[in-house]
Amino acid sequence: MNENPADLAPELCALAAAVAGLVAGMFLPRTRQWPVAVVCSAGLVAGLAFAGVAASGPDLMAFDAFSVDPITHVTRITVLGSTLAVVLLAAGPVRDHPRESEHHVLILLSALGTIMLGASSDLLVLVAAYLLASIPAYALAGFGKDAPGTEAALKYYLMGALLGVLMLGGVTLLSGVGRGTAYAVLRTGLADAPPAAVAAGVVALLAGLLFKAGAVPGHYWVPDVAEGAPPAVAAYVTTVPKIGAFAALYRFCAETSPDGRHALLAVIAAATMTLGNLAAFGQDNVRRLLAYSTVSQAGYLLVPVAMAGRTGLAQPALLYFVAAYAVTNLGAFAVVVAAGRDDLAGYAGLLRASPSLGLSLIVCLLGFVGTPPTAVFVGKVLMFGAALDGDSAWLAVVAAVNTVASVFYYLRWVVPLFRRPSAPPRPAPGATAVTTVVATAVAAAAALLSLVLGIAGGAALA
Amino acid sequence: MLNLVIFLPLAVALALPAVPRRAVPWTWIGVTVLDLALVIGMWAAHGTGGGTAYETNVRWIPSVRAGYHVGVDGLSLPLLALTAVLFAVCAVYSLRQTRRARAFAILFLFLETVCLGLFAALDLLLFFVFFDLSIVGMYFVILLWGHGDRTRSALMFFLYTFLGSLVLLLGFIGLYLGADPHTFDMVELTRTPPLSGGPAGLTLLAVGIGLGIKTPVVPFHTWLPPAHTDAPAAGSAILAGVMLKMGTYGLIRIAMPMLPDAWRRYAPVFLIVGLVGVLYGALVALAQDDVKRLVAYTSVNHMGYIVLALGAAGYATGDADARRLAVTGAVTQMVSHGLVTGALFLLCGVLYDRAGSYDLARFGGIARGAPVFAALTAVAAFASLGLPGLSGFVAEFQIFAGTIGSGTAATAVAGAPAVLGILITAALFLRVLHRAVLGPPGELTALVTDVRRPELAALVPLLALSLVIGVVPRVLLDTIEPLSAAVVALVGRR
Repeated sequence: MNENPADLAPELCALAAAVAGLVAGMFLPRTRQWPVAVVCSAGLVAGLAFAGVAASGPDLMAFDAFSVDPITHVTRITVLGSTLAVVLLAAGPVRDHPRESEHHVLILLSALGTIMLGASSDLLVLVAAYLLASIPAYALAGFGKDAPGTEAALKYYLMGALLGVLMLGGVTLLSGVGRGTAYAVLRTGLADAPPAAVAAGVVALLAGLLFKAGAVPGHYWVPDVAEGAPPAVAAYVTTVPKIGAFAALYRFCAETSPDGRHALLAVIAAATMTLGNLAAFGQDNVRRLLAYSTVSQAGYLLVPVAMAGRTGLAQPALLYFVAAYAVTNLGAFAVVVAAGRDDLAGYAGLLRASPSLGLSLIVCLLGFVGTPPTAVFVGKVLMFGAALDGDSAWLAVVAAVNTVASVFYYLRWVVPLFRRPSAPPRPAPGATAVTTVVATAVAAAAALLSLVLGIAGGAALA
Repeated sequence: MLNLVIFLPLAVALALPAVPRRAVPWTWIGVTVLDLALVIGMWAAHGTGGGTAYETNVRWIPSVRAGYHVGVDGLSLPLLALTAVLFAVCAVYSLRQTRRARAFAILFLFLETVCLGLFAALDLLLFFVFFDLSIVGMYFVILLWGHGDRTRSALMFFLYTFLGSLVLLLGFIGLYLGADPHTFDMVELTRTPPLSGGPAGLTLLAVGIGLGIKTPVVPFHTWLPPAHTDAPAAGSAILAGVMLKMGTYGLIRIAMPMLPDAWRRYAPVFLIVGLVGVLYGALVALAQDDVKRLVAYTSVNHMGYIVLALGAAGYATGDADARRLAVTGAVTQMVSHGLVTGALFLLCGVLYDRAGSYDLARFGGIARGAPVFAALTAVAAFASLGLPGLSGFVAEFQIFAGTIGSGTAATAVAGAPAVLGILITAALFLRVLHRAVLGPPGELTALVTDVRRPELAALVPLLALSLVIGVVPRVLLDTIEPLSAAVVALVGRR
């Protein structure tokens, strides 16, 4: 049994940074807590470095429950990188806030839970990771202590608690009939177990993970949190927990059943992308629009999960798409943070006012559509390939039709960028110069990374 | 060399924001002319021999075996030259462009790279990347510089052609999965056709619909009239002259060699679709009062000839010489249509620039006030209807000779009524000349002043090239013929 703590170096970095940030926050004066953001960023950077080193090492299993394999590498790097971007986005808005240090620490702890979610190959660790990833996020959603934030946090919490308990029930059932909690044990144990009990357990377990992923039927919290929470938190909850959730879904499906959980997940994928797209059509609030867009993207991401075990393309498709999605979504939210406004009409003339911000938004929105040469394009090609190779041509067609439908609402946001603003631009509420500069930089970096991943995708895939 | 040709416009586009405002149009013209010269140089060096030249093959996404693979042959070269000519002409034509001139130039240079890249791509994924980017570029051209109900037209264009591109992508992935080992490389897929039986038919359906929407064939043409009508003149010229060719180019480059079984089996479908396009496009164009819409519908008609010829080439029992002739005619028609329709759209642009309208009924007797404009319009119209001595005739003659002459009943039955298309086209262009150029003055005629120098400099080369191809088609045909022989052989193999 391998019990070398060095295998968990990236996670330990994040944990150490969170603890150090918490301690520092206690001793620093209330109005001068910015060093916490520095500590947290440094921890994330160190974690990224360790994760990068680990990615070139051999696959192994630590503590019999924590896989270190390509799925974990991608989860680690994507989560740590995305969290770093979120911390940067949040640094401006929460500057001199009385709870500044808590904000950063909560983000780090939730990110830590997310990485564990993607890496665990044991049901009990999965549940622990789920709770660690969720609870800080509930608190973050209500961070602003205003009415929309409170409503969002309450909805998020109730939904998460309900589906989490359901998940716990599923875990209990599966460990009972499968005679164990490790995936390797379940693979043989579940094959002999009564199919009805297994089915009930799997459905209950999936409920929790689909909640984290923001997929149908656990998606109701997404638009409210995206609209009600502070923008940086909205960027976080619609991006980072999903990464871990999809990794966990894929790992569970691929490792506990020889041919995956095809039929159920394929239907959920189709329903998720369709419902997300239909709901996004009429949105005039960009954060709600982005929220529904993330729901529909979750649908595409479920396609490779449904193809787990049926084709060799499924795993690269999922991993590439997850990373591409994270980059694109963060870029779009960074633009929202920088522009400081939520209504579609408020984006009129953005391209003229700030070309770099406007171009970043165009790249990100076209990236969501899947236009080459952006990162999501490569992800979508692989996803279509996985669906066709897994004998699910119908799913590929549904995804293609949905992609076309999605063009409509993404372009609704692109068109105003070129218009002349109807009124002289008002200073956006709550936006300071530092926030705008940092958020613009994050948006531009995300757009650039999306293009790099799209053009030089081979290097990342190899 | 080829990579330089492809990426030179993009490189200049990226540098353009740093160029002083007054130098922007001349930089744009300079780079397009330079690119054209490079293409001509490549053509001269490649000669009329068969085979692929100037190949570059770099690994791109190795895990799915997709590469940056480009090269040119007898099919690519004429289309690359056509693309370079049209973009150079559009740059000259837009010399007086005042509204957001810099962004306009950047977008067109970007589009030039995309179009050149598409015609040189030898990898399906690379082809698709350029295919999709062309949609994005043209969307912004229509959205930002169009007129009329441009937002709606642009959206419709984007949604429609994007749907086509996704269906095409599914077809490409089908080809990829059918190949053993999986690959996106066109050369390998052409060497060993990957699919047979039912899957091949479905893949051809996907590829055919995807390319058909772009071509466009009836009934997938409905995006075309609004997009053309509301696009700026240079945009329409590129859209019709270059981007429509992407569809038929894909049929010759991808569908026919890679899915020969399925192509032979479904050749009747292409014959019928082509015939319907020819007749329907001509008849609807006849009924138009909007000049630009009329030209747009003649594109449906002209592209119909190409699909018809390619369908005829799928009849393996037919005479091989005739089928070669049909393919050669199809490629010639692509070049000819690009030149002539490009010119027609630019002429429409002149009309709109002066009078702000395309309504045929409100013009009349333009020849008196604008004799040069009238003469150019007459030449372009005659070229478009296929008068001997101009490029359209060379192309259409070969298409009909190849289609009807291949000796099978089906091609003869489909080819014969298609000749009617020429008659209707002749009627409709004579009607345009009669009502707008000759006849009594209309209410807007007074506004129409004669063509200005940049416009003349843009239009004359297009029509002159059409004349050159009409009189001495040898250079073009010698380049195409080895290629059409190869395509016919590839389609015929079992």
